[in-house]
Amino acid sequence: MTTQPPKVLVTKIGLDGHDRGSRVVASFLRDAGMEVVYTPPWQDIAAVVKLALEEDVDVIGISSLATDHLIVPKLMRSLYAAGLQDIAVIVGGIVPDADEALLLEAGVAKVFHPGSALEEIAAEIVRLTRARRELNV
Amino acid sequence: MKAESGANALAAILGGSRRALARAMSAVENETAAGKALLRELQPHLGRARVLGITGPPGAGKSTLVNALIGAWLARGARIGVVAVDPSSPFSGGAILGDRIRMGEHQAHERVFIRSLASRGHGGGLSRTTARVIDLLDAAGCDRIIVETVGAGQSEVEVAEIADTRVVLCPPGLGDEVQALKAGILEIADILVVNKADLPLAERTERELLGMLSLRHYDDWTPRVVRTVATSGAGVAELIELIERHAAACASQRRSHGGRVRRLIAASAADWVKRRVESLASAEFEQLCALVQRGELDYASADLRAVELALRAEKKT
Repeated sequence: MTTQPPKVLVTKIGLDGHDRGSRVVASFLRDAGMEVVYTPPWQDIAAVVKLALEEDVDVIGISSLATDHLIVPKLMRSLYAAGLQDIAVIVGGIVPDADEALLLEAGVAKVFHPGSALEEIAAEIVRLTRARRELNV
Repeated sequence: MKAESGANALAAILGGSRRALARAMSAVENETAAGKALLRELQPHLGRARVLGITGPPGAGKSTLVNALIGAWLARGARIGVVAVDPSSPFSGGAILGDRIRMGEHQAHERVFIRSLASRGHGGGLSRTTARVIDLLDAAGCDRIIVETVGAGQSEVEVAEIADTRVVLCPPGLGDEVQALKAGILEIADILVVNKADLPLAERTERELLGMLSLRHYDDWTPRVVRTVATSGAGVAELIELIERHAAACASQRRSHGGRVRRLIAASAADWVKRRVESLASAEFEQLCALVQRGELDYASADLRAVELALRAEKKT
């Protein structure tokens, strides 16, 4: 069962529309053999929760360039309320060091800062997927 | 599927748990033992939904039209399931599943359940387990299920097998290429949609399709042609009307049609053999390839030997 490719949601919440980063990451993950559900920016939290539930994704990747990361704790609470605590959330983009603890405390698995290698992101997703599937089998 | 395997998963799906439905789809898609057991238990609960298949070339507007159809059916109070298939890369196996973003207008609605599937190397515009995922939506109480194929042209025979009503999109202005397209699609289409009808050449495309249809003979349903602009909603009401009329004219054949099960099993078996042969790593198989390359063995004989090797490898595991 763990031989199936990771299924990842790459999305952006909030009002910022800089989607170059999420496109680069989504393309790389596809080339790394993953199944990537990709959305344009400006998703609202309820839509992301419903999408993650219906698609049964292993990992959610939130791209944030302009303070959207500050609403990620709200996303985490909504995911938990929907019973989706087994889905790992990672955040990539511009996250000030002072805010990182806030995200990790809210349940985010990992924050990727500028300069992170794409291979590093893919490896983390593989690790998180494996952990989730071992939990659920 | 720990807590929800077997009867529990079935009860949860029948009881309306979206989470159980989504998890079951993964189990079915990944062909786990729990998934296969669930599918057997599912059989008595099938046959309520009407399945609409939508196919057409990439960029024809399939997802956008699906969005418009969801809106129209929601207004009529229906529960709607959507299965959208996108291609897997033949090189990496990865996929970008981007159909549902064009269905964004309604994807948050509680009476809509959308699932994206990667084709995972399966031909015919669908993934190997698409028909089973449809069964799950059927059991979960969807009145209408829309299946959107990978953007493709001629080989969507499989969607013809799993859908009650088949819609084929023919955008205007494909010029001579549309000729090749028509020969394949006319045989499976119940309704031909000239989408993007606000573009030049839409009328000509419609005329050509009508001309082609007039040359064929049909028994119980003559395919219709309708013009739509999915982004504005123009023509969608007319399309819905045609779909309903087709549904009334052709009582559900999806489950009752004996030949359908036969063809689905044949397709599935062919797929099984293909995957096993492709994954053969044995020295014997390499030898077989070499024999063909050297011209010492013909392809037909090699085929049979490859199937034998695949069967033998399967028995060992």
